[in-house]
Amino acid sequence: MSRQTSRLDAKKVNSELLTLTYGALVSQMLKDNENPEDVNKQLERIGYNMGVRLIEDFLARTGSNRCLEMRETADKIQQAFRLYLNMQPSVSNWSNAGDEFSLVWEQCSLSEWVEMPNNGLKYCALIPGAIRGALQMVQLDVQCWFVQDQLKGDPVTELRVKYIKRLEDAVPAGED
Amino acid sequence: MTIHNLYIFDRYGTLLYYGEWNRTKQSGMSREEEGKLMYGMLYSIKSFVAKISPLDPKDGFLNYKTSKYTLHCLETPSGLKFIMNTDNQAQNTREILRKIYSELYVKYVMRNPLCAAGEPINSELFKTKLDAFIKQAPLTAARAS
Repeated sequence: MSRQTSRLDAKKVNSELLTLTYGALVSQMLKDNENPEDVNKQLERIGYNMGVRLIEDFLARTGSNRCLEMRETADKIQQAFRLYLNMQPSVSNWSNAGDEFSLVWEQCSLSEWVEMPNNGLKYCALIPGAIRGALQMVQLDVQCWFVQDQLKGDPVTELRVKYIKRLEDAVPAGED
Repeated sequence: MTIHNLYIFDRYGTLLYYGEWNRTKQSGMSREEEGKLMYGMLYSIKSFVAKISPLDPKDGFLNYKTSKYTLHCLETPSGLKFIMNTDNQAQNTREILRKIYSELYVKYVMRNPLCAAGEPINSELFKTKLDAFIKQAPLTAARAS
């Protein structure tokens, strides 16, 4: 990685570079793995590991505080999408309990110029992984999955986020 | 005006980094034990402050002061804790802690894939940058001149 001299401000790169790099990653993984299910799992894991680090960058950039409600969290996730992928998904389909919502988008820079073979691959599986990893670092355990996918012929892409539980602070060792 | 030392803890209480600049009295125990003691105290203060506060605490615990030094604490939503001891005259320390987080920790540790999460920071680059940053930090300027 090159050491950039610019300060903390976003280093902008052409989104096509990201799109193509991601495409190369996915196609390489499909070559290495016979089973698209395994590729989904690995993409999710890569995403998770990215999310774990990305959250620090996000917090440092935005100076966000801890969320008290899922609605706030949804806003923050929306903000993160704008920051990192330059897209603005809409938040909708809240469950009655307010613990589940959907992120809906029509265009995603990751899945541009992609045609899918019909084999069960979840092309953008990196994104739910990243969300899960990032939220885990702020003590939120969530589940994240695709309900609709444009690449599979749906009109929009819909990502569902479900709150499971709040993770507790660690007690110092040897205090019990 | 002086910065004495700095501890960085992760959310599990692991001492990620310890830096020392002007410390004339050592605790007389190993760094590891000292870290545990420090984290234990922070944990207790945090829960004390949260329970005893007559109002809804917004930021929680920020600092405490003794006759000789002041301890400043910055906790990020992700549970990282930055603890810095300074003398009692130091100002805008919160700003400094924030900068250490956003401009040094995120930049040289989180963006460095060789720095594994949850393990002490071994990056020389981070150490050098942090030293340089502390030396030019506005609250030590008076001492240098």
